Amino acid sequence: MNTIIIDDEPLARSIVKEYLQSYEEIKIVAECNDGFEGLKAIQQHEPDLIFLDIQMPKINGFEMLELIETPPSVIFTTAFDEFAIKAFESNAVDYLLKPFSKDRFDKAVQKYLQQKKASPQKTEAILESAAQSPVQQNRVVVKDGSKIKIIPVNQIQYLEAADDYVKIFTAEGSFLKKKTMSYFEQSLQSFQFARTHRSYIVNTQLITRIDPYEKDSHILLLSTGAKLPVSKAGYSKLKDVLGI
Amino acid sequence: MVAAESNRKLLLLNLSWWIVVSLIHAFILSQSALTVNEILIDTLVSFGLLGGICFLIVNNMRYYLPQREKYWYILFISLSVSGFCSVMSKFLLKLLMGGNALYMQEMHQTTGIRFGIGFLLVSCIAMMSLLWYNQEEQKQMDARKIEAEQLAREAELYKLRQQLQPHFLFNSLNSISALTASHPEKARHMINQLSEFLRGTLKKDEKQWNSLAEEMQYLELYLEIEKVRFGYRLRTDISCEDAALELKLPAMLLQPVVENAIKFGLYDTTGEVLIKVAAKKQDNSLKVEVENPFDPETSQPLKGTGFGLPSIQRRLFLLFARQDLLSVHKEDNHFITTILIPQNI
Repeated sequence: MNTIIIDDEPLARSIVKEYLQSYEEIKIVAECNDGFEGLKAIQQHEPDLIFLDIQMPKINGFEMLELIETPPSVIFTTAFDEFAIKAFESNAVDYLLKPFSKDRFDKAVQKYLQQKKASPQKTEAILESAAQSPVQQNRVVVKDGSKIKIIPVNQIQYLEAADDYVKIFTAEGSFLKKKTMSYFEQSLQSFQFARTHRSYIVNTQLITRIDPYEKDSHILLLSTGAKLPVSKAGYSKLKDVLGI
Repeated sequence: MVAAESNRKLLLLNLSWWIVVSLIHAFILSQSALTVNEILIDTLVSFGLLGGICFLIVNNMRYYLPQREKYWYILFISLSVSGFCSVMSKFLLKLLMGGNALYMQEMHQTTGIRFGIGFLLVSCIAMMSLLWYNQEEQKQMDARKIEAEQLAREAELYKLRQQLQPHFLFNSLNSISALTASHPEKARHMINQLSEFLRGTLKKDEKQWNSLAEEMQYLELYLEIEKVRFGYRLRTDISCEDAALELKLPAMLLQPVVENAIKFGLYDTTGEVLIKVAAKKQDNSLKVEVENPFDPETSQPLKGTGFGLPSIQRRLFLLFARQDLLSVHKEDNHFITTILIPQNI
């Protein structure tokens, strides 16, 4: 059974290593300093379990998990993060609050060994609530080939539905993210975005024109030149956001 | 209620007012054919009564100040008091000097004017005391307000000073926990450092201003702890001009700025992070610059100053009533926070 420890503080990793010594069946295959290294190591080793810190350089633990197709089981380790703790408590996957005792650590590992694979829905639920935190609310982390890209929300032009994915359009091109349209509709609503169509969410600050188009529908023009359809329901939402 | 001393002043003023008025009255009467004795009795009776009742009114206002319709109150009181006094003094004077036909005739002729003058005098004094008491009350209210503001400010400053990042505390404890097994000596050292640091943050306002030298010692303690936590990733470069070492600054002001720089630097970049702190004397101020690297691609323009800076700005404002003492700017891939501490206090 393989595991990876991801934490930006060396001493914090060493304590997990020390506690793991009593588990011969668990082998540490990698130790990582941040989410980027973590992502690479997870893809390379496909571990069964990871110990994951939340607050780390560049992208946090939740954002790293979002980028993995099928995340391994996770035991979170964190010192203090109100949002993280709320995310855990509402979704009951195991997490360790630093500093933690060997007893507490053993309990978490035992829990993992018993259920082997934590059900993936739970991880998803955690990520959903973590996405409400102030840090994650104003940026979106995506994978661009082997690279990781952090997109500040104000740089998003519009989003387009694409099967199980959402296509995010920015000045630098488009990126795919495995999320639903309604997820983005909700998380972006405080940033002047409007869902103008079943398949489109638009950054209203870029709109230059809205023209009537056929019966009951409209078409809008962005300053980038893009033309997007507006449905009847979308038009009233748009009017709400723009205050007209 | 108005202070006793101020009340005494008002009553004294009241008394002198009536004495002056009585003297004028006596002087005017002396122009007529009345004898000294008659003038004396007349003056004493009329103004003794008016003065005595006014004394009661003024004293009464000390405990009860009409708030609404106070001008009607004054009119009503003045009318009734001067009316009552006219009747009373007429009655008394008749009793005392009923046998003096000349005097009685003169008194009958002047009843109207006596009432008019009495009314004017009483309303004057009532108005004056009303304004006096209002002003006193206003003064007291202002004093209370200033005191309350002062208290609130002190409390807020104390709170801002006390803000200790729980993240820092728990992570440090976690580092100690890790060290106890591998390096017990280092663990003990770190416990001592952490305790010393915590003691510094718990110190009450007994000494709100420290010299830069003292604050730097404290800052180094903090940086030592952070270096244990982050290992090789964190490097620091501290430089202080000798002339600046004795300059004063508010206790615990610098540490959160550096903490902010560390957080910002360490969480916005991967790899090694160099935090620079430079202090110097500039004109009559202490100038401290704190520099940290950042990644221009991912951090959002100036929004990323975040974390603890607003509370520092607030603290500086509460202390100096100036908004321009904290500033931030970018240079290449570096973020520089500048603090100015005026020294002429």
